Amino acid sequence: MSERIAIRGGHVIDPSNGIEGRHDLYLAEGRVVSLGTAPDGFTADRVISAEGQIVCPGFVDLCARLREPGYEHKAAIAGESEAAATGGITTLCCPPDTDPVIDTPAVVNLIRERAQQVGKTKVLPVGALTRGLKGKDLSQMSALKRAGCVAVSNAHAPMANTLVLRRALEYAASHDLLVVIRPEDPWLADQGCVHEGTTGTRLGLPGIPDAAETVAVAQVLALIEHTETRVHFAQLSCARTARMIARAQEKGALVSADVAAHQLHLTEMDIDGFNAMCHVRPPLRSSADRDALRTALKNGVITAICSDHQPHEPDAKLDAFPSTEPGMASLEMLLPLTLKLVDEDVLSLRQAIALLTQGPAAVMGIETGTLSAGVPADICIFDPESTWMVDGSTWQSSGRNTPYWGQTVKGRVTRTLLDGRVVFELQPNRR
Amino acid sequence: MNPTQAYNLQLDPAGQLKHFLTVEGLSRDLLVKIMDTAESFASVTEQTVKKVPLLRGKTVVNLFFENSTRTRTTFELAAKRLSADVLNINIATSATSKGESLLDTIRNLEAMHVDMFVVRHAESGAAHFIARHVAPHISVINGGDGRHAHPTQAMLDVFTIRKHKGDFGNLKVAIVGDILHSRVARSEIHALNTLGAAEVRVIGPKTLLPAAVKTLGVTTFHDLEEGLENVDVVIMLRLQKERMSGAFIPSEHEYFACFGLTEKRLARAKPDVIVMHPGPINRGVEIDSQVADGSHSVILQQVNHGIAVRMAIMSMTMRPDLESSPGDKAL
Repeated sequence: MSERIAIRGGHVIDPSNGIEGRHDLYLAEGRVVSLGTAPDGFTADRVISAEGQIVCPGFVDLCARLREPGYEHKAAIAGESEAAATGGITTLCCPPDTDPVIDTPAVVNLIRERAQQVGKTKVLPVGALTRGLKGKDLSQMSALKRAGCVAVSNAHAPMANTLVLRRALEYAASHDLLVVIRPEDPWLADQGCVHEGTTGTRLGLPGIPDAAETVAVAQVLALIEHTETRVHFAQLSCARTARMIARAQEKGALVSADVAAHQLHLTEMDIDGFNAMCHVRPPLRSSADRDALRTALKNGVITAICSDHQPHEPDAKLDAFPSTEPGMASLEMLLPLTLKLVDEDVLSLRQAIALLTQGPAAVMGIETGTLSAGVPADICIFDPESTWMVDGSTWQSSGRNTPYWGQTVKGRVTRTLLDGRVVFELQPNRR
Repeated sequence: MNPTQAYNLQLDPAGQLKHFLTVEGLSRDLLVKIMDTAESFASVTEQTVKKVPLLRGKTVVNLFFENSTRTRTTFELAAKRLSADVLNINIATSATSKGESLLDTIRNLEAMHVDMFVVRHAESGAAHFIARHVAPHISVINGGDGRHAHPTQAMLDVFTIRKHKGDFGNLKVAIVGDILHSRVARSEIHALNTLGAAEVRVIGPKTLLPAAVKTLGVTTFHDLEEGLENVDVVIMLRLQKERMSGAFIPSEHEYFACFGLTEKRLARAKPDVIVMHPGPINRGVEIDSQVADGSHSVILQQVNHGIAVRMAIMSMTMRPDLESSPGDKAL
């Protein structure tokens, strides 16, 4: 913990401080000490060479399911923490839809303690917005906040009605808690499992119209218009909702948004042939929607890219498409999929890193995602040019449910540091 | 997985049918070959000894996860006339209700050394899923999956149309009713477009048309009489009772008033129009009895053709080398 580390020769990118360039980085007592020149009398116990690599704050993932407690047949905190470290993620928020639901301090404590024991990544539980996620009664938000919840959310579960939604938003605001909304109108979504569009029409798969998302966003925007509620819209999927949120931001609403990395690349076309690995919620939409989401990143309307990690056991994807469980395992895909946007000239490298660090940290209001002197030394070192194959040789997540399995991707984390400790180090023969 | 793989799933490397899962992506030549082969089998079914030995020693499993009488019966007859052994398994009342997974059901049947699955399932993509996971020697025929495809029905429909109309090039075909939930309609649209029909129309209220239906290559109408103008073929779809509860339409009565096929409305079509229906029909809901039993109706011919068409498809998937004159080899 108290090891003094010098990270030498790396190309440091810290969007929060507007830093980009070749610098040495000095760490001590688990914190960042300085950038550029060593403080007086600093002698490194360990020198890490980052020559030819990017050194940046560890990534902050706003949505990753670890499946514990309750769904340990899919994954557990220990294994998914390893996966997060392998992916350069040093802080992640886990949604409340565990079993039991994160609606009591006991569950919050259980998750935090388990994550601390493993010590590979920092896990921030998001509390339930309503008791049991049933959408009817408010959760004990004050107690959840005291236990360490950074935000509250009803995850994928619907609210019983708009009155409960309004009160939940107001009550959360009175405790200065951020409300995370995954916008989807349950009635319009109905039994849908894919985007209501051309591929879904051809394959005869029940569709989720984009109106399911626009209606839900419109409802929340109307309800928070005259309150000081902070709302974060999670995993946007539609062009129209990105525009609605942009307009609300212009008018001064305290709203932010993120997008799942896969939504920036895949479209409804990818479900063709009933590819259950591309069964996700919200569904993959049209290429026009994908392009609009990319634009919203560039314009700063969407300020974070998350993994929306949902590991599954193999059986969850072995059935007729509508019966398979939605979601991808994607902690280890977050960096490669984000860097792909740089390769495709959508973002600069600095913008891409901001969307994984400063952006999501600001959404949650947490002191991370930066290399400012004095902050905990959560750091990611990666080689943006290194290619690797998505296969069992390096994959850490228990879930192998990704459409990228067997493909070669670019951008490889070589070291992850958490509070100044190396929690992941790529074995040389894997490079 | 890319789209090419998805369609090639049903073709072997030589481009012959291995499975029969969807009409989409199959060539016009292949569809014509299926119809030509069915033509030769039609004569078999009219002989006193209605059997050919093409699938002797083979075991066909009718694996029905959804109830069906007509489709299962015609598949069974088709298999028996090809001299195959037939096993009917009705899973709606069997293993999966005990919690067995689809894959386990398939694995168990595979262990009994069967050669073909005819699958009907309530979920779109079930037949594709099974085809992707069965042992390499087994062929899968889609007997209807969710809203996705019912390709043998579409083939018997175009076979029936060809018998009456010959060429497809000048044909205007109207498909009427619940397109949204209809696997029959999707397969028919692909078959008719592949065979070069001049126009495929779909007619129904917006609540029963899929969002992107036009991308399937059809023109849409919400007025039955307008849509029937000058058509050569009318295909009526069954309106399922459960649609009444889902706020798709207000009542059977109003549905018949707007979209029910009557003699008067049929007069808008060409004088030699044929009226088809995949069955089972709801008299007085989507079709008037006078029309169903009238001179334009070919509904019972469809049922009859179903046997020859399914014999053709079964023999072609099991015997890709089959040349199209099996009638000569009749016992």
